[in-house]
Amino acid sequence: MTDTLTPVLTDNWGSERSWTLASYEAQGGYRALKKALAMEPADIITAVKDSGLRGRGGAGFPTGMKWSFIPQDNPKPKYLVVNADESEPGTCKDIPLMMATPHTLVEGVIISSYAIRANTAFIYIRGEVLHVIRRVQAAVTEAYAAGHLGKDIHGTGYDLDVVVHAGAGAYICGEETALLEGLEGRRGQPRLRPPFPAVAGLYASPTVINNVESIASVPSIIDHGADWFASMGTEKSKGYGIFSLSGHVKTPGQYEAPLGITLRELIDLAGGMREGHQLKFWTPGGSSTPLLTADHLDVPLDFEGVGAAGSMLGTRALQLFDETTCVVRAVLRWTEFYKHESCGKCTPCREGTWWLVQTLGALEKGQGSESDLELLLDQCDNILGRSFCALADGATSPIVSSIEYFREEYLAHLAHGGCPLDPAASTLFAAEGASA
Amino acid sequence: MISETTYAELREIAARYPEKRSGLLPMLHLVQADHGRVTPEGIEACAEILDITAAEVSGVATFYTMYKRKPVGDYHVGVCTNTLCAVMGGDLIFDRLKQHLDVGNDETTELRAEDQASITLEHVECNAACDYAPVMTVNWEFMDNMTVQSATQLVDDLRAGTEVHSTRGPRLGTWREAERVLAGFPDGLADEGPSAGPASLVGRELARQRGWTAPSSDASGTAPAIAQTKLEAVEQADTSRAETETLQEQTRD
Repeated sequence: MTDTLTPVLTDNWGSERSWTLASYEAQGGYRALKKALAMEPADIITAVKDSGLRGRGGAGFPTGMKWSFIPQDNPKPKYLVVNADESEPGTCKDIPLMMATPHTLVEGVIISSYAIRANTAFIYIRGEVLHVIRRVQAAVTEAYAAGHLGKDIHGTGYDLDVVVHAGAGAYICGEETALLEGLEGRRGQPRLRPPFPAVAGLYASPTVINNVESIASVPSIIDHGADWFASMGTEKSKGYGIFSLSGHVKTPGQYEAPLGITLRELIDLAGGMREGHQLKFWTPGGSSTPLLTADHLDVPLDFEGVGAAGSMLGTRALQLFDETTCVVRAVLRWTEFYKHESCGKCTPCREGTWWLVQTLGALEKGQGSESDLELLLDQCDNILGRSFCALADGATSPIVSSIEYFREEYLAHLAHGGCPLDPAASTLFAAEGASA
Repeated sequence: MISETTYAELREIAARYPEKRSGLLPMLHLVQADHGRVTPEGIEACAEILDITAAEVSGVATFYTMYKRKPVGDYHVGVCTNTLCAVMGGDLIFDRLKQHLDVGNDETTELRAEDQASITLEHVECNAACDYAPVMTVNWEFMDNMTVQSATQLVDDLRAGTEVHSTRGPRLGTWREAERVLAGFPDGLADEGPSAGPASLVGRELARQRGWTAPSSDASGTAPAIAQTKLEAVEQADTSRAETETLQEQTRD
């Protein structure tokens, strides 16, 4: 029986100077690299496939399979790009990982690049996290000095360069093809697929794009074996993952557990909801995943379980809101975010998110009528699946799910002529006088 | 005016990449470090080095929110007002700071006689620190678990020139110094601050208290019942879009 929490990636986070090479190596760091460099690249891909690791950036595509799509007969250079643009509202796992143990990521980058035969890798980090960028820059410099990067790594004849690239503030660059545009020095606008990046990605060359946590999981798989990884998790969702609890819970933070743990268990580990309050609604994997309610506390948090409950596992960004929170206000704010972050390329997203804000904004003020709920759903219907990327799809998720579960609360805004709830009651410092 | 040194550094950034245009984002960060904003001269310099038009550079500079066309103060102060932080107090903090500093969103304080530094106030989107809500940033360094009181104290201290540290990082420098690091020129401060903030460590600490660990290396379980083909994989994955696109691709073959 696997333990309730299984710290692997988070295990070193609190160690003395955990971000340094010395600390990382003292705890077994770069052992997996040595092992990997003695393996055939194809065998590494097989091990990752056999582990059952699925993409940790939200979509859950099998990582090993993604790597196997790189056409090795293509004469162009191959590239690995790490998506460290963590910006999905609620998601906060990659940032602490890169701050505490950037070498876990760097080791994963080297093993993964070797597996796909890439000689250049990029780590695209959102620009708004300065100290995290410092730590990753320093880790890459240390790895070069130790001979883990550069020419003829440890006498194997394998060369790898890693470039740390800071973004400049654009949620859309978390979308993999928009990220490539940003990395090519262009506006971050998604590309039409096919061709997929595996065939024509960065500089129209074969490219693998993986999330930070996916790449950081690779050293543990090589070190302990695919079977070890697959001993955790559920039938189709293998391994461990970082679950990020935030909001009205007593002890918010990062909890690393096998996939399939439930929110009930996690809230229990976090000491319960804040004193005297109950869970009202939550996101399982960031704001782009449909809201769930207290009726879904026992849903297994794996790809299949959350999917069956009508939402998505996403990035395991569990944002918890108690009964003091107005769901209309919450959804309006997310919608304003999607409107702001729409890159403007596709009309249904650019115009549609604007209209969503107008309609929702009026409802939140208690203006409009009940038929506006149908209007909202109709607008969502005209947005979902009609753009190049999933940003606009994500914008419809909180709206459709909140109308499904909280229609009465929307109507209460109309009856009340505005929000019936006191926003001060939902703040963290409500008790100490929020109006001070 | 772009100095010779800056010009050389801009070229150095472009040279980090297999194709030089990839350097544009960090190059624009360097322009901001040098000029305090994205200036027309900075745009021209990037265009010349990268052999693209100034219009193309402008198109990029106006797309990304971290690039500023108006001068930014000594400190850029961000307040997260995305849903979770807003609900937990970010909205109140932002309202209070606007009042306290007498500025609107994306505006800069006047330098009063007693001030050592100016502040540009902006509400920001989710900054990936939700377990520390309500969150603020100063020059993109984390300021965690803020309250109305601690936020007003923070901006007062910054304006007065009092030394302030990030809750998870070093002593706060200026916005322009921060932009230089984003351009890829490290400032040697990576070793400052803790390895992680308290919230990042709660699961790890709890596991230690209860004796929970990951399985030992010899553990094995059932083989993953995961997809073997691309079509199966996209069907299982959380993205209906990839499924449609893959189907299209297969039909085309």
